[in-house]
Amino acid sequence: MALIDFANPTRFLAFTARALPWLMAATALAFALGLYLVWFTAPDDYQQGATVKIMFIHVPNAWLAMGAWTVMSIASIGTLVWRHPLADVAAKSAAPLGAAFTFIALLTGSLWGRPMWGTYWVWDARLTSVLVLFLMYLGVIALWRTVDDPSRAGRAAAILTLVGAVNLPIIKFSVDWWNTLHQPASVLRAGGPAIHPAILTPLLVMALAFVLLFVTLHLAAMRNEILRRRVRSMWLMQAHAAQGA
Amino acid sequence: MDLGPHAAFIVAAYGMAAIVVLGLIAWVIADYEAQRRLLSDLDSRGVTRRSKSEAA
Repeated sequence: MALIDFANPTRFLAFTARALPWLMAATALAFALGLYLVWFTAPDDYQQGATVKIMFIHVPNAWLAMGAWTVMSIASIGTLVWRHPLADVAAKSAAPLGAAFTFIALLTGSLWGRPMWGTYWVWDARLTSVLVLFLMYLGVIALWRTVDDPSRAGRAAAILTLVGAVNLPIIKFSVDWWNTLHQPASVLRAGGPAIHPAILTPLLVMALAFVLLFVTLHLAAMRNEILRRRVRSMWLMQAHAAQGA
Repeated sequence: MDLGPHAAFIVAAYGMAAIVVLGLIAWVIADYEAQRRLLSDLDSRGVTRRSKSEAA
């Protein structure tokens, strides 16, 4: 079956029914392995002590905060250029997930910042640009809820999403462009990771676990959205039939 | 396991992240059940999708 065949919502539903149990199992396994490595093998940091454990949830969620918006941006191009039937379903379904991951990144960053920096929050470029990302997620979710017609809402949300994508490079390079309290990149950087393998391996396993969680929840949320649109179209048909009678 | 002087921050970070993730999972499951209920309710009242009724 070619990838384009999944553009058919019925085929997509059949695919999710087959894929979701495997994805759930893979996610649970990845979390079990990741949490074992974090709590039983990863050493404490020589400067930060045990607080480095917060990094294993903070960093994957920060990556996913940007990753979910990237998925929404690609889906938005699908909505505006090709009017792909599943594109705005994908964009709409990713928004609450991205908002939740961004919220976790902000929350855990704040809880990490207090013992390490002496403050929960500082208005530096990295923290502020991620807060802006969180507010943009809320804006997109609000827009979807404001416009009743899904196709009109999809186009408006797609434009907002693509405009908001400008924030992604700002978040990524904020630590290089401005003097920030937040440390520069230590994994995704030119020259390779600057973290010892004993800490890098659990971090990458936790990142894999969160990515699998995102994929699983995204597919499940897309399935829900397709069903919601079916319910909506059936209600409309029923209303038209009642008017004609 | 000794989490040092900042144990409360570590436990709070993991606890709150777990609450958000579990809430997200519960929301997705509840939404699925709600949509299935609505669809079966419409089905039981004889309302079918156009593609389904055309195929019949």
